[in-house]
Amino acid sequence: MSIPLSWYLILAAVLFCIGLYGVLARKNAIAILLGVELMLNAVNINLVAFWRYLDPAQMGGQVFAVIVLAVAAAEVAVGLALIISVYRRRKTLVADEIDLMKW
Amino acid sequence: MTADKVIFLLCAALILGSALMVVLTRKLIHAALWLVSVLFGVAVLYALLQAGFLAVVQVVIYIGAIAVLFIFAVMLTRRELLDRGPQTRSNWWIAAILALLILGGLVFLILGQPEAGRSAAAIPATVDTLRNLGMALVSPSAYVLPFEVASVLLLAALVGAVYIAGIGKK
Repeated sequence: MSIPLSWYLILAAVLFCIGLYGVLARKNAIAILLGVELMLNAVNINLVAFWRYLDPAQMGGQVFAVIVLAVAAAEVAVGLALIISVYRRRKTLVADEIDLMKW
Repeated sequence: MTADKVIFLLCAALILGSALMVVLTRKLIHAALWLVSVLFGVAVLYALLQAGFLAVVQVVIYIGAIAVLFIFAVMLTRRELLDRGPQTRSNWWIAAILALLILGGLVFLILGQPEAGRSAAAIPATVDTLRNLGMALVSPSAYVLPFEVASVLLLAALVGAVYIAGIGKK
């Protein structure tokens, strides 16, 4: 294991920023959720890298990664259900046009 | 240049290239398929970090469930947005500048840490990480409460998702 810790951290930072750009710049609501998935994966890379490099006997990093994964699955299920429900009623997926709750 | 560095760099190139395609490609179904490629790369990284269980979970849950869910959602809402206008908002350059600024700040902080250059010590042969993870997830003195809360959250989310997706159906 000769890879420095910083390589993993920088890879995760770049992946996070690509996901952030996707969330902020894309119009389509499903594409925004894809960006959120990229950001969650970046966080998980960080968690597992810290677990491996700091203290592999303490399982906190891996347990946290598993819980992030479960929350990501819940988020995608609810998010896509909302998007499909909105699409059925309004026939649009553009996040700017879904403004029922804006006054 | 050792073998694991080469694997890491190949893997990083795959992840970052695919991630750029996810946010830049025009067709949403292609974006969802590029996401599968990103997730595979991350699974290889987990294997490289000797977190074998997470690598398998990444393939089974992320690729097997989440990515397939995305592809289903894209299929159900197809042809939307394909023909009219650009796929990005008109002020996408603000998002790009913001992302680059945050990236610069993060890289500056990471490289400023004296600990960042450290490499990992080998895991001692007496430590069985897979067994430790299994024990940690069910042991009352460790993480059984977060684990159970996560399972209740998942159940609630799935029931909610079924209900929400059913609203408005004739």
